[in-house]
Amino acid sequence: MVFPEDLKYTDTHEWIKVDGASATVGITAFAAGELGDVVFVDIPEMKAVALGDNFGSIEAVKTVSDLVAPVAGTITEVNPDLEGTPEIVNTDPYGKGWMIRMTIANPADVDALMDAAQYKALIGK
Amino acid sequence: MKTTPFNDKHIAAGAKMVEFAGFSMPIQYQGIIAEHKRVRSTVGVFDVTHMGEFEVRGKDAFAFVQRMTTNDVTKLEAGKIQYSSMLYDDGGVVDDLLVYHCGDYVQLVVNASNMAKDFAWLKDHLSGDVQLIDKSDETALLAVQGPKSLDTMLKLTDLDLSSLPYYHFLRGKVAGIDCLISRTGYTGELGFEVYFQSDPALGSKMWDAIFEAGKEFDIAPIGLGARDTLRLEVGFCLYGNDIDQTTNPLEAGLGWITKLNKGDFTGRDVLLKVKEQGLSRKLVGLTLEGKNFPRHGYDIIVDGAVAGVVTSGTVSPMLEHGIAMAYVPSALAEPGSVVHVRIRAQDVPATVTKLPFVVKQ
Repeated sequence: MVFPEDLKYTDTHEWIKVDGASATVGITAFAAGELGDVVFVDIPEMKAVALGDNFGSIEAVKTVSDLVAPVAGTITEVNPDLEGTPEIVNTDPYGKGWMIRMTIANPADVDALMDAAQYKALIGK
Repeated sequence: MKTTPFNDKHIAAGAKMVEFAGFSMPIQYQGIIAEHKRVRSTVGVFDVTHMGEFEVRGKDAFAFVQRMTTNDVTKLEAGKIQYSSMLYDDGGVVDDLLVYHCGDYVQLVVNASNMAKDFAWLKDHLSGDVQLIDKSDETALLAVQGPKSLDTMLKLTDLDLSSLPYYHFLRGKVAGIDCLISRTGYTGELGFEVYFQSDPALGSKMWDAIFEAGKEFDIAPIGLGARDTLRLEVGFCLYGNDIDQTTNPLEAGLGWITKLNKGDFTGRDVLLKVKEQGLSRKLVGLTLEGKNFPRHGYDIIVDGAVAGVVTSGTVSPMLEHGIAMAYVPSALAEPGSVVHVRIRAQDVPATVTKLPFVVKQ
């Protein structure tokens, strides 16, 4: 299982890739594996979110899981490919299966997140 | 944690293993949807060794089982199987189970999660010349399910499986191993369940033989995840979800295995009263449209108030929409009635649907 070094991670199994004042967010390979076959990603609207807010949900065959904002900011884009091909979350969780792009309101939020080694320790990998 | 004789096979096949009822069991291999469709289209193999097997022997064995279960054991004959349930005195369900008439004794097959409870319950009610023997640890069980299951199994045995009716069994050699093989399963498909001695060498031999025989049908191992979606599509109850000690078999739609006229059995008095008073709620199938997927525990809403509960729910891999089993008020139990399911604070319409959701030939 892969956990790219250039990403930051949350204890609710999101990853975030920071690019200046904005970022891309998705769920980790571990989360996708635990969920199993993803059939629907529900991210209702593009809006401002606080750190730790639920910004949507992921429906898998077996269960449903909340998506949690890793930082405060404003959602600017939802991955349009999730609607027709939600399975990209399972097949390419760090690439095609990204969830949202957002602005980062408070850069300090990013510093509080885990790096790949810390995340791997959290999930026992 | 216990392991089954097929543990190495699961790991070699890339299974994701989870703890279930004290066993390390495969929840999925390739993914629930692919596995589910494999069983519906050709053939898949489930390790269900965790299920419990009890033998009931002695002069009074059949009378004992008749008293402890809801279906009518006197209707059974050697080689036949009955779906049945065991009740508490108050009519709540101890477990649902299979009753095998083995000539001079009875085999009961019970849910893994209830095995210890069931054994203790039966033991506490023993009377007359009855011996209750737990054979679970000595018994391996594979379920071979799907339209190509017969073609697969015929390659491995001289037994006349082609003419074996549903809910009947035979004894003989499969892949050279002594077995009890029954035409039963939890998928709604043509299928067989193969019981044999739990032993790693025999298990490995049986597993390899079945997979070799099914190769031309793209046979695949199937995990507990797809087992659940397969049974839900055909409306089979799961103990702990749809039935438990707080539900009675009549409201759960199990009236057809509850023979109130067969004579006395545990729980009968209460059920007679329940029947006379009428059922306040019934277990029904629900269909939801769009991307609304019901889950175990979600509330059923009628006129803005909680009026029931979803006991099992998922997205149907074959129908590609939400399906559920739920308890609803009896007045709304007819197919076509509409209730609402509360899905994350939204009340979504759901139509009562005749079970099974997926109809098989």
